[in-house]
Amino acid sequence: MRRTTGRLLRGFAVLSVLALGATACGGSDNNSSGQKAVSAADIQAALKKGGTVNVWAWEPTLKTVAADFQKKYPKVKINLVGDRSGDKHYTALSNAIAAGKGVPDVAQVEYFALSQYSLTKGLSDLAPYGADKLAAKYTPGPWNAVSEGDKVYGLPMDSGPMAMFYNKKVFDKYKIAVPTTWDEYVDAARKLHKADPKVYIANDAGDAGFTTSMLWQAGSRPYKVDGTKVTVNFEDAGAKKYTDTWQKLIDEKLVAPINGWTDDWYKGLGDGTIATLTTGAWMPANFVSGVPNASGDWRAAPMPQWTKGDKASAENGGSSLALPALGKNKELAYAFVEYANSGDGVQTRIKQGAFPATKAELQSTEFQNTKFDYFGGQEANKIFAESAANVASDWSYLPFQQYANSIFNDTVGKAYISGTKLAAGLKSWQDASIKYGNEQGFTVSK
Amino acid sequence: MSSTSSPVTTASQPPSAQSGGSKNTPRLRTRRKHTPGRPKRSVLLTVLTGLIMLYTVVPLVWLVISATKTQDGLATSSGLWFSHKFALWENIHDTFTYHDGIFVRWLLNTLLYVVLGAGGATLLAILGGYALAKFNFPGKRAVFAVVIGAVAVPGTALAVPTFLMFSKMGLTDTPWAVIIPSLVSPFGLYLMWVFATEAIPTELMEAARIDGAGEIRTFFQVAMPLLAPGTVTVLLFTTVATWNNYFLPLIMLKDPNWYPLTLGLDAWNSQAQTIGGDVIFNLVITGSLLTIVPLIAAFLLLQKYWQSGLAAGSVKE
Repeated sequence: MRRTTGRLLRGFAVLSVLALGATACGGSDNNSSGQKAVSAADIQAALKKGGTVNVWAWEPTLKTVAADFQKKYPKVKINLVGDRSGDKHYTALSNAIAAGKGVPDVAQVEYFALSQYSLTKGLSDLAPYGADKLAAKYTPGPWNAVSEGDKVYGLPMDSGPMAMFYNKKVFDKYKIAVPTTWDEYVDAARKLHKADPKVYIANDAGDAGFTTSMLWQAGSRPYKVDGTKVTVNFEDAGAKKYTDTWQKLIDEKLVAPINGWTDDWYKGLGDGTIATLTTGAWMPANFVSGVPNASGDWRAAPMPQWTKGDKASAENGGSSLALPALGKNKELAYAFVEYANSGDGVQTRIKQGAFPATKAELQSTEFQNTKFDYFGGQEANKIFAESAANVASDWSYLPFQQYANSIFNDTVGKAYISGTKLAAGLKSWQDASIKYGNEQGFTVSK
Repeated sequence: MSSTSSPVTTASQPPSAQSGGSKNTPRLRTRRKHTPGRPKRSVLLTVLTGLIMLYTVVPLVWLVISATKTQDGLATSSGLWFSHKFALWENIHDTFTYHDGIFVRWLLNTLLYVVLGAGGATLLAILGGYALAKFNFPGKRAVFAVVIGAVAVPGTALAVPTFLMFSKMGLTDTPWAVIIPSLVSPFGLYLMWVFATEAIPTELMEAARIDGAGEIRTFFQVAMPLLAPGTVTVLLFTTVATWNNYFLPLIMLKDPNWYPLTLGLDAWNSQAQTIGGDVIFNLVITGSLLTIVPLIAAFLLLQKYWQSGLAAGSVKE
């Protein structure tokens, strides 16, 4: 049921984005390049005058940020609407943009989906508001994701430099060393599963976000985007490294066939069935709220490397706050976004468990010395901050990544259930992405 | 939601039917006469019925059992048995109070949509079905074609166009965006049409007219009582459809204050898929259980009308 709805939703999201592309092309002449600069004084004046800002965002810590902002500027009302994430959020956003009505003034947009909206001119360029001067504040991964040339389509809200979380209790029990390279990881997977057939090194039932992050770390750059000219190619050396290694885990049935974020997944993280989780640094908050019974069992470690001694990392997840072009109260909306993602809001959000994208916060001693009770008192932020600094910034997503991700399980996902090879799956993902992109008016080649 | 009216009479049959055979030939079976009152017993059918019953009942059992567990208990115990802590009352309390009692608001919203949407749809279906069955007017065949065609179009396919239309009218994100489309029930109309054709003898209407009753009086005093079983059937269908409707409100509504229960529970569920979100599977499960209770009650209360409605017109009297 969920699955079908998800598929339908994706279909509609895609349809709506098309419609949005069509409408945006018609009216793009007057707002694209000739935007007037907005001075700090203009923004201050708007804040004094007051008004309402409609914000569509699901990030939970924004509630406090919005309350603080309203306290600081009593004439401004932040109307935070945020119960839905992912597909449903983008469907609603695309529908509203297509209809030209009910568009929020501020929207949370994940990094992978940003170019989809910026390319169809669905988002305002924030550079005239002074966002271009904030580049140095952010770590390279997130900033690269929100900016395009001299345009800035959102301010990074959080980031997901990757780390490997592992269940120390399980590793200690079977006296297995915590892997530092992917080869060691495969070995550890074999040993763990042999010691206890119920234990798997990881869960993976096919996850587009995880796969792209793994390719990112391995040095593969499958997507190249230059305006509407796009290339999709999963045949480089990095992709081969990833498929060779991960194929072993799949072939030997060493990964648990559990989808992330389901109740089974939370259960597996809690009872030791899933021994490691390689994901974004935002994970600790989810451990605390979703797997409270395993408190003390887990630790964080750097992501395993392809070559021993390397420090390569990648991003997983993370989102920005952007200003839809059809939104109103632009000055107020920008003021809020700046407050939340660059100003005082950042500290508020870190205190509630969000993972920052700003360099100053990542490098502060207070942040780095934070002891995580959940991880047995480990100062895990040191690992995360180092990972953030080691993320290569030349990665880009497709301008139709949302669609590409939606067909991941029909292409690459087959490798997890039907014995198709991962490399063959990537090939058919590539073909399907190229075909779709060309149908959408992009010039896509291999 | 599925009804569980499986006729499992054969399952409870005692195995004493074998007593006719001697001990040496236990496989021998006595021959039985099969009459409509005593139908043929088939092991295969019994097993199949049993499986289908399991298939329909197990999720319900799981739901009831899971609703008694805490979030921690859900993660650490088997799905089909109780965990060490019985937390049903606590869960119900938390469901009603979480986020300042938004669940109650969702429940009232759902009731509003059902009363106005399903009630209105039923009323329109009765009026339309009666008119189509008992009056002749130009274009009746065209209406028939449109209605049959409309039954074939899934509601989800119309959701986005409807959204764009309602957006132009400024009705999205208001309860009207859910109520107005719910008023249209082609299947209900078709059902009432067929039902009215069979249930209201044209002679009776003529008699009423000869006695001096106007059209409105004829409809309310002669036709309506005869249509009661069909009305209940359509009401049940539209109520279930509106109560369970997920996609239409999902497209139309953004403000959680106007969510029906389906969307609200889904929003709670998706919190677990959000970075830094609150994981409350226990409340999602308890909420789901509370959500189906009114539907089960409606089915049980209206069952006899509903069944007589379904069978109406099937036998020539």
